[in-house]
Amino acid sequence: MNNQLYRLIVAHMKEIMREPAVLFWGIGFPILMAWGLGIAFSNKTEMNREIAVIQQTGTGSIQKSALSDVIEHYPGKQKGDYYLPLRNEKVGNINLTFHESTRDEAHIMLKKGTISLIVEVVQNKIYYYFDPANAEAQLLYQLVKGVVYNGPAYYSSHQEEIKPLTVSGTRYIDFLIPGLLAMGIMMSSSWGISYTIIERRSKKLLRRLVATPMKKSNLLFALITARFAMNAIEAVLLYIFAWWYFDIQIQGNPAALIVLFIAGNIAFAGISVLISSHTSNPEIGNGLINAVVTPMMVVSGIFFSYRHFPEWTIPFIQNLPLTLLADGVRSIFNEGAGMMQIWKESLILAVTGFVTFSIGLKIFKWY
Amino acid sequence: MEFIVEVQGVNKSFKDVHAVKGVDLAIKPGEFVGLLGPNGAGKTTLVEMIEGIQQPDEGVIKIAGKTWKTNGSELHKLIGLSLQETRFIDRLSVFETTQLFASFYKLGNSRVNEVIELVDLQEKKKSYVNNLSGGQRQRLALGIALLNKPAILMLDEPTTGLDPHARRGIWTILKNLKDEKNTSLILTTHYMDEAEYLCDRIIIMDQGTILADDSLENLLVNYDHAHNLDELFINMTGRHLYE
Repeated sequence: MNNQLYRLIVAHMKEIMREPAVLFWGIGFPILMAWGLGIAFSNKTEMNREIAVIQQTGTGSIQKSALSDVIEHYPGKQKGDYYLPLRNEKVGNINLTFHESTRDEAHIMLKKGTISLIVEVVQNKIYYYFDPANAEAQLLYQLVKGVVYNGPAYYSSHQEEIKPLTVSGTRYIDFLIPGLLAMGIMMSSSWGISYTIIERRSKKLLRRLVATPMKKSNLLFALITARFAMNAIEAVLLYIFAWWYFDIQIQGNPAALIVLFIAGNIAFAGISVLISSHTSNPEIGNGLINAVVTPMMVVSGIFFSYRHFPEWTIPFIQNLPLTLLADGVRSIFNEGAGMMQIWKESLILAVTGFVTFSIGLKIFKWY
Repeated sequence: MEFIVEVQGVNKSFKDVHAVKGVDLAIKPGEFVGLLGPNGAGKTTLVEMIEGIQQPDEGVIKIAGKTWKTNGSELHKLIGLSLQETRFIDRLSVFETTQLFASFYKLGNSRVNEVIELVDLQEKKKSYVNNLSGGQRQRLALGIALLNKPAILMLDEPTTGLDPHARRGIWTILKNLKDEKNTSLILTTHYMDEAEYLCDRIIIMDQGTILADDSLENLLVNYDHAHNLDELFINMTGRHLYE
């Protein structure tokens, strides 16, 4: 290696190593993320998957409990649900939980993302309802099918039929779009508000602005309003596309959706102001924004249900701003929710926004 | 009003650093003052206190006879400022940027056009700020600083890094402003020719105190007939001005 190249590499390495914050966000933070998400959530001895079993009203007890006799020779029935642990040293242990439910209950669980597969036994036929586009549902179908074929002979001889879920509100895309809409608000606010403030502080533009008679609050209000307008346009365009291409429908109250959308924007605007309140180093800002948005993006049930995470984490996850927003939007889109169902989420989001904004403003550095 | 800026017994410390130590100075309306000193001399802290974005620990600063504490919004209207490295919003045009700042002073488009003409950026009116050259950017910064016809203009090294032609352009604008006698200037600069061309007085600072305050001509004579500002500073302190 020539000396010039060597010196250049050494100089760049020193530059990186001598900036503790960059070092933390570049090396420390990814390790923390790996620990938090990878080790805490992936290094599990067991995986839990949930399936709805539709009861047949007015039928006999065997059919009423549908797959129960397939499952019952395995141990465990908890809180009215059938619990089936599948043990495999190489693949890992998977616990299947079968919820006895009505068709409506099963559909609500499906829309919430709690389950991705519905099983129904009608006389000598087993019906599997799932979205073929959902890889996880496909896998679950194969697992349950294996259980049935290894079960009592009269079930293994049953015919089966796959009923692809194509009804609006029950497909994976119906789960995904509201989540993407919520995530869009978070990402757009975080980068659009936080990063803009940090960049302007680093360019000394904030310092220049406060030397004028400009009202400081106007600057933040303008940033938030412009971002809100952009978020609204983005959300409308995403919905129009989803409606046109995937036939996504808003089944609930559009006014409730607007209220929740505003509350979500308030929450993430406040969080963004807090994130950007102090640093003038864009690299640190970048890390701070990622530290806030990335964990939420992973755990808040945007791409897959947060029910996959350990039970003890669920109450915490459910109260994250992105989870509150995504769950609320999803309930309006898919479950027909109205104001009464989303007021609590909206209130928590709005309060989160006002509290974080106030703290951010209190410690805000203008230059 | 005898003085537009009055600084009396001002002290300012940051943790263990005593940045400004008992500084007194006064600037008359229309007077152009050069503020010089090595890095860490306390120039920036002093200018920031005059600007109102830092509060002195001790002492009084008055702008047009008023203190920042209770007259902030009024005093902001009297000040024009151009920092050494301010970058404006990249994807706004020269006109839009000037218009944005004009809105803070409740000024209309006629003043915006006037200022753009004053700093000779008519041809670049529609250009994005990030497409301007260094000299054009500094002229824009100066134009914005002049939008409100400030009683006090504070310029931090306005021509550093500019070619001689661009520097001359800035000087001409400032010279014309001086001739109007409505604006006082506090200029930090490294260039003696700039200080000589523009300033009535030079204030030399070091380690938080004022070492000298006089016309450039007198300063050079009084300190062993120095030939330039650096030599003058060496004669005063034994150190270079721009170490």
